[in-house]
Amino acid sequence: MNRRNFVKALTLSASIAAIGLPVGAHAAETIKVGILHSLSGTMAISETALKNVALMTIEEINAAGGVMGKKLEPVVVDPASNWPLFAEKARQLVAQDKVAAVFGCWTSVSRKSVNPVFKELNGLLFYPVQYEGEELEKNVFYTGAAPNQQAIPAVEYLMSAEGGGAKRFVLLGTDYVYPRTTNKILRAFLKSKGVAEADIMEDYTPFGHADYQTIIAKIKKFAAEGKKTAVISTINGDSNVPFYKELGNAGLKATDVPVVAFSVGEEELRGVDTKPLVGHLAAWNYFMTLKNPENDAFAKKYKDWAKKNGVPNADTVVTNDPMEATYVGLYMWKQAVEKAKSTDTDKVIAAIGGQTFKAPSGFTLTMDKTNHHLHKPVYIGEVRGDGQFDVVWKTKEPIRAQPWSPFIAGNEGKQKL
Amino acid sequence: MHRLPALQILLRGVLLLTLLVGPARAALDEGMVAGFAGDFQSRLDTIEALGVAGGAEGGNEARRVLDALEAGALGVAGGRVVIVHGDTVAAAATGEALDIAPAAVEPVTVNNRVRRALATARAALALSSADRGERLAAARTLADNTGETLLPVFERALASEADDEIRGVLGRAAARVYLASGDAARRLKAAEMLGESSDPAVKNLLAALLAKNGNDWSEPSAEVRAAAEASIRAIDRRVATAEAVGTLFSGLSLGSILLLAALGLAITYGVMGVINMAHGELLMVGAYATFVVQGVFRNHFPAYVDWYVVAAIPVAFLSAALVGVAMERLVLRHLYGRPLESLLATWGLSLVLIQAARVSFGPQNLELANPTWMSGGIEMAAGVVLPWNRIVIVGFAVFVLLLIWLMMQKTRLGMFVRAVTQNRPMAGCVGVPTARVDTLAFAIGSGVAGLGGLALSQIANVGPAMGTGYIVDAFMVVVLGGVGQLAGAVWAALGLGIVGKFLEGWAGAVIAKILVLVFIIIFIQKRPQGIFALKGRFADN
Repeated sequence: MNRRNFVKALTLSASIAAIGLPVGAHAAETIKVGILHSLSGTMAISETALKNVALMTIEEINAAGGVMGKKLEPVVVDPASNWPLFAEKARQLVAQDKVAAVFGCWTSVSRKSVNPVFKELNGLLFYPVQYEGEELEKNVFYTGAAPNQQAIPAVEYLMSAEGGGAKRFVLLGTDYVYPRTTNKILRAFLKSKGVAEADIMEDYTPFGHADYQTIIAKIKKFAAEGKKTAVISTINGDSNVPFYKELGNAGLKATDVPVVAFSVGEEELRGVDTKPLVGHLAAWNYFMTLKNPENDAFAKKYKDWAKKNGVPNADTVVTNDPMEATYVGLYMWKQAVEKAKSTDTDKVIAAIGGQTFKAPSGFTLTMDKTNHHLHKPVYIGEVRGDGQFDVVWKTKEPIRAQPWSPFIAGNEGKQKL
Repeated sequence: MHRLPALQILLRGVLLLTLLVGPARAALDEGMVAGFAGDFQSRLDTIEALGVAGGAEGGNEARRVLDALEAGALGVAGGRVVIVHGDTVAAAATGEALDIAPAAVEPVTVNNRVRRALATARAALALSSADRGERLAAARTLADNTGETLLPVFERALASEADDEIRGVLGRAAARVYLASGDAARRLKAAEMLGESSDPAVKNLLAALLAKNGNDWSEPSAEVRAAAEASIRAIDRRVATAEAVGTLFSGLSLGSILLLAALGLAITYGVMGVINMAHGELLMVGAYATFVVQGVFRNHFPAYVDWYVVAAIPVAFLSAALVGVAMERLVLRHLYGRPLESLLATWGLSLVLIQAARVSFGPQNLELANPTWMSGGIEMAAGVVLPWNRIVIVGFAVFVLLLIWLMMQKTRLGMFVRAVTQNRPMAGCVGVPTARVDTLAFAIGSGVAGLGGLALSQIANVGPAMGTGYIVDAFMVVVLGGVGQLAGAVWAALGLGIVGKFLEGWAGAVIAKILVLVFIIIFIQKRPQGIFALKGRFADN
């Protein structure tokens, strides 16, 4: 570049900047949307992909004309897997950045930490991950599964002839609120199905537990003691890799003792050598391998987006259930805003009930009129050698969520807000 | 034994009949595969029947259908059971080509339950194999899934089998079925025979004989009951021994992993007095080096990919040692004798290393496959398996320990290191280049940490933050063992491993972790110098 061109370019860019500035100052022409996912710390493994898919969806909505003619403007913050920081960042998004809605959180503890903020400031949170239920906030919409949309159908499948007719169950989890609550619900459910107390084994390991020898030996012993046994795993995060490795090496095959997991999806299996896992199960409301036009488009869009935006290992990116839930959540919110003709929290809440969206899960999902949860289909998949899932069972139609499980005493009559 | 609905019994009977009456032809009878068009249970029955029948005659035909099922090529179209070969569709039984589009075929779902039935059917077919190993494996598979429909298979195989071990497995499998027989002599023989088993599941079968329904024994014959009781005692003894060995082994394995994680620290902290908070990240460097070597093998030497772990040993050692040297030269050397500052500085370094790994390899965990020779395990008795990867790691820990011991005791460098540990100024006075010895000792300690990372990569996660999980354990071992003592580290690691595993079996993982920490706190209170204290004139420094 010679000097004259350089000067020209400089003048040009300066004038563009000068034009650009006042446009930026007219910020009223955009609608701000907050994205509250950990991009560092232990949860970055799972949550980074949700931030990516939210940005992709926002780009897509903007390309199609935005919401009520206004472009969406994402505000990304990093709560760094630090639960109190989630509350601080949420406050910043709602009070300072004045976002119309926030899409975020993964762990239940982070959601519990931001709930009071959204309540106090009357903000709007879309939470995209399956969770333990026992909660219904006016300001939160849950686009992931409640226990009756994931855990209970999975156990019913294990008990059926197709699932192997399991009669004894090992409830294995990481020691924190989600596994403990889920197992409490499952225990009550199993009892209601006539499973005896002696046929249920419940065990917990600390976060990050890496030595599963003793537990696997216990499971083997338990399985040998009697009728057909299945393991229900709510092990979360990093511990899954050593657990499945030990399982494979100890010779516990999926055909003998199947393990169904509620927190293991495509993204988690990227860091795992899946050969020893083949045949083990996962229950979700969406799998990347589902065959329908919406899902094909969704998976392709994400792959292209990842390549274009230089996501590390973009060739092997996958889509998973919480990503689909994020995608659906954004569209549900968009439709509600358009119906309410306003981004006002109360008006959007009033408008969102009954919204429908043709989702990549292959069904038209509906936001329930009263309970802030989506009606979702349930799929059970078996792990394949390439880290994807083969769907072996599915519900005929989407199921309505029961955030307050009927299997926990005292929950009767709590289904509505 | 659960009751079968009348319809199913009828179906099974018909199936068996078709099998027994019409074999010895190249093609299968249409009736033998028709069950695939039915409901789930009839599919399972059909698979089993194919296995039972095939063992007698036409095994290859049955195998062909089972292969197609396993490959997902078997399907149903218009009520007929067919196999899809690319663009053409053929009848499953006869192999004759049919005029059906592949898209119109509804494939038969293969899930775990079907795979289990498939494994049983294949094993039944393999019982007539010429290869002894194949027959033995088949007999073992069948013994795990035994049932009365398989009885003809057992009897047929027992009639022709000459190998004692296989006869034993088959006999016990058949005996399980005979326990429900109407003939008391047969039950007695079965109950006696099952005493040779070491499978806890068999124990339950026998225990069922000893149960009482009101005033009646579920087993009328006192003789059979006595035989069952004796057999249960024999099984209990065998299972208890196997379990004790299993627990001891898992303790040993955990100990060896703790040792590998802590040995490097025992040198850098114990010998040099540097509190190296980045020790965990040196483990991580070793594991990442292993990952890189795996990648190189996969891309350039796919035939030798099983040996990447061996090739990774020097690479992991050298890369971690290099990082260690850089740390020592650039940072730690200026902080000797200032433990608090070096603690903070190394903690900072650990954050830098974690982020560097995250930036260059991405935040995801990396996938490291166990080589085939490190997969699976030795089965001691039913329920207790000693996995190969853990056995190899125990051996590797011994190897590394031996190497360090030789280095410390038999080489000039080792002597220098010991001299500097005991009395730095005096060693300097007699001409030991203390600064260089420090660097080298730190490099060796870091390199050993790299080897620890290599071992960890075979059983645990490999990710940027993997090291943080081990740093506390490593310090626990070093402090418990006694600072400056390699032998102390060995005993502490083994002790913590075995005690931890016994506690875990008894109280669960969460409580066990707490108890171990409480134990260490009390121990350090009573004996702050650790298991082994430095002795000699300068021990107090």
